[in-house]
Amino acid sequence: MAEPISRRRLLAGIAGVAGLSLAPGVFAACAGPSQTSGTSARASVAGTKPPTTVGSYYSDPVPRAAMQDVVDSFMASTGLKATLNTVDNASFQNGINAYLQGTPDDVFTWFAGNRMRFFAAQGLAGPLSDIWPQIKGNFSEGAQLAATAADGKPYVVPFHTYPWVVLHRKSVWERHGYETPATFDELVALAQRMQTDGFVPFAFADKDGWPAMGTFDILDLRLNGYEFHLGLATGRETWTDARVRDVFDAWHRLLPLHQQGALGRTWQEAAKSLVNGEAGMYFVGTFAGEQTDEAGRDDLEMFAFPPAGTQFDAEKSMDAPINGFMLSRAPASPDVAKAFLAYVAGGEAQTMYVTANPNRIALAKDADTSGYTNYQHKMADAIGGAGRLTQFLDRDSRPDFTGPQGMQRFLQDFLADPGQDLDAYLGRIQAFWDSLP
Amino acid sequence: MLTRGQRRTIALIVGLPLLLQVLFVWLPAIASIGLSFTDWNGVGGLGAIHVVGLENYANLATVDPAFWPAVFHNLVWLFVFLVVVMPLGMFLAVLLDRQLRGGWLYESALYLPLVLSFAVIGLIWELQYSPSDGLINGVLGTNHQGAIIDWLGDRRLNLGAVIVAAGWRHVGYVTLLYLAGLKTVDPTLREQAAIDGATEAQAFWRVVFPILRPINVVVVVITTIEALRAFDVVYVINRGLNGLELMSVLVVNNLLGEASRIGYGSAAATLLLVASIVPIAIFVRWALGREAP
Repeated sequence: MAEPISRRRLLAGIAGVAGLSLAPGVFAACAGPSQTSGTSARASVAGTKPPTTVGSYYSDPVPRAAMQDVVDSFMASTGLKATLNTVDNASFQNGINAYLQGTPDDVFTWFAGNRMRFFAAQGLAGPLSDIWPQIKGNFSEGAQLAATAADGKPYVVPFHTYPWVVLHRKSVWERHGYETPATFDELVALAQRMQTDGFVPFAFADKDGWPAMGTFDILDLRLNGYEFHLGLATGRETWTDARVRDVFDAWHRLLPLHQQGALGRTWQEAAKSLVNGEAGMYFVGTFAGEQTDEAGRDDLEMFAFPPAGTQFDAEKSMDAPINGFMLSRAPASPDVAKAFLAYVAGGEAQTMYVTANPNRIALAKDADTSGYTNYQHKMADAIGGAGRLTQFLDRDSRPDFTGPQGMQRFLQDFLADPGQDLDAYLGRIQAFWDSLP
Repeated sequence: MLTRGQRRTIALIVGLPLLLQVLFVWLPAIASIGLSFTDWNGVGGLGAIHVVGLENYANLATVDPAFWPAVFHNLVWLFVFLVVVMPLGMFLAVLLDRQLRGGWLYESALYLPLVLSFAVIGLIWELQYSPSDGLINGVLGTNHQGAIIDWLGDRRLNLGAVIVAAGWRHVGYVTLLYLAGLKTVDPTLREQAAIDGATEAQAFWRVVFPILRPINVVVVVITTIEALRAFDVVYVINRGLNGLELMSVLVVNNLLGEASRIGYGSAAATLLLVASIVPIAIFVRWALGREAP
């Protein structure tokens, strides 16, 4: 899933893309995040092990400071040196291709799943086979799988995660006597009751193109199962399959219970309508907790999307995207880089990060959860209760398919006109998949 | 006859910009045209580039659901700018030229948006148009479930809403250019026309407007370029999706990101290049050609 990008960061990113419309080659050569501090640092140390460099897209103040703390404590506990190079989030993600082909930092922040596999397959990232035996035991099997590429080698150190769940406010639900629905039908009945009580049952937003993928994912996982969903994402199944149509039919029925004007609304605004009591529920990643304060998060409850009455309910699948660290293809200081990766695989570093950013939880088994907020405990419980974890459509599929010119647009097409001829619509999606190189 | 020194100076004055132009404009443009016949994804060197002929162009025209909307939206944008925004700017310039009381106030209000980049314009109007939290729906009382007007999400409205935002800035630009032109018109010409019994409208259309022809050419060219290169406003608002497709966005969205389709985006860029250069070249040639005796 695309990391939520604030307007400020988007504006900063635009500075980097203005005026490149006619010169993709030139753009590719210069779009990579700057390396100056990294290279000069490398050259200045001789004799001892040269410091490693960490390229980070954690550019918002709080995560940025937390990341600096992680780097500092790595240096304090190992005596090795590392430099953090933070780049504006949108620029980092937009320029990643050129960055990895240029002179990237030894270690860089990235995502598990297919977004990692894409670079692993092109030889733009280094495998973690040396350190994997000592760190893999610290992660669940699902996280290990998400960190492994098509060649069977691990490429990502899982760092933190969050679940996609139905969020709601405890105080509002208590006042109206709402109870957690145990089945899909109960969820619909509850939503209808909320509607008569004057609530918007489901807050909803898809102006940014990617949030609706969460809804698609969970409906597909519940109706058609984990294997089919991943098959669809990777091209083993086709979009013209009748089972995909079932997903959109079910979604079509649910849409009247969703907030109007989703295509003009950001997830931040939708989260606000949940927080201010206008909406009764919001199916979203728990990063939505960023839109309120600690007291507000304390009032937030969550439950996994309920079973839909199919054979796949038992899989208890859930989108829980994993963010982590990767090794670049030719690190300048490989030993120190690997020491850093081993360090961030441990509970100490992960606890430090999720304490600063309480809308995420750690993945390391030895992370200290005693300092978790109530919200974080609920997130951990939600993920703990899931059977199969998926990464989110745009991390499970190929990036050119799920980008703004692909599935983001197609899902918006559906939301703009849910009553359209779905067979023709799915045919267009498949034609787009087939047209990709 | 020019002296050797003069010739050297002229060669320098002409040659240096020419060199920079070729190096930084034409070579990349030609490289884009070349890449548009490949399926390069930006990874690997020349060896990783496969030629696919016209496939990118064929996919643009037949498979890509954004292409024809993008072409149409650019044409709508151009039409509104030329037919509504440009005459409005001219009209405002004529009014301001009449030394209205408090004219500086109107002038500053019109020019103020000009100092803002289109990205900031997009941000400002995004806040006005927001469905639940925006000023416009708040004032209209259409900010609650059941009544929401989704200015930026509804495809029947959002292109118009965005063109209003872009026009808000561009009208000031047009006014500024025409006002500069009007200031250069010799006032005695109007007096002469008035003495000869011409009405004010006649004096403007028959006497002043023809004198403004060089300004007209400049404004038409600038307006056309602004309409074809429109990008920042929609990119800030929703990255040019859902009814706000534009050619420039098609180029950028395909070039950026981890799976950049450089070849495909270059094909879109090439089409935009041709669409920009050809009509402007024809128009300028025609307009300047008429001027020569």
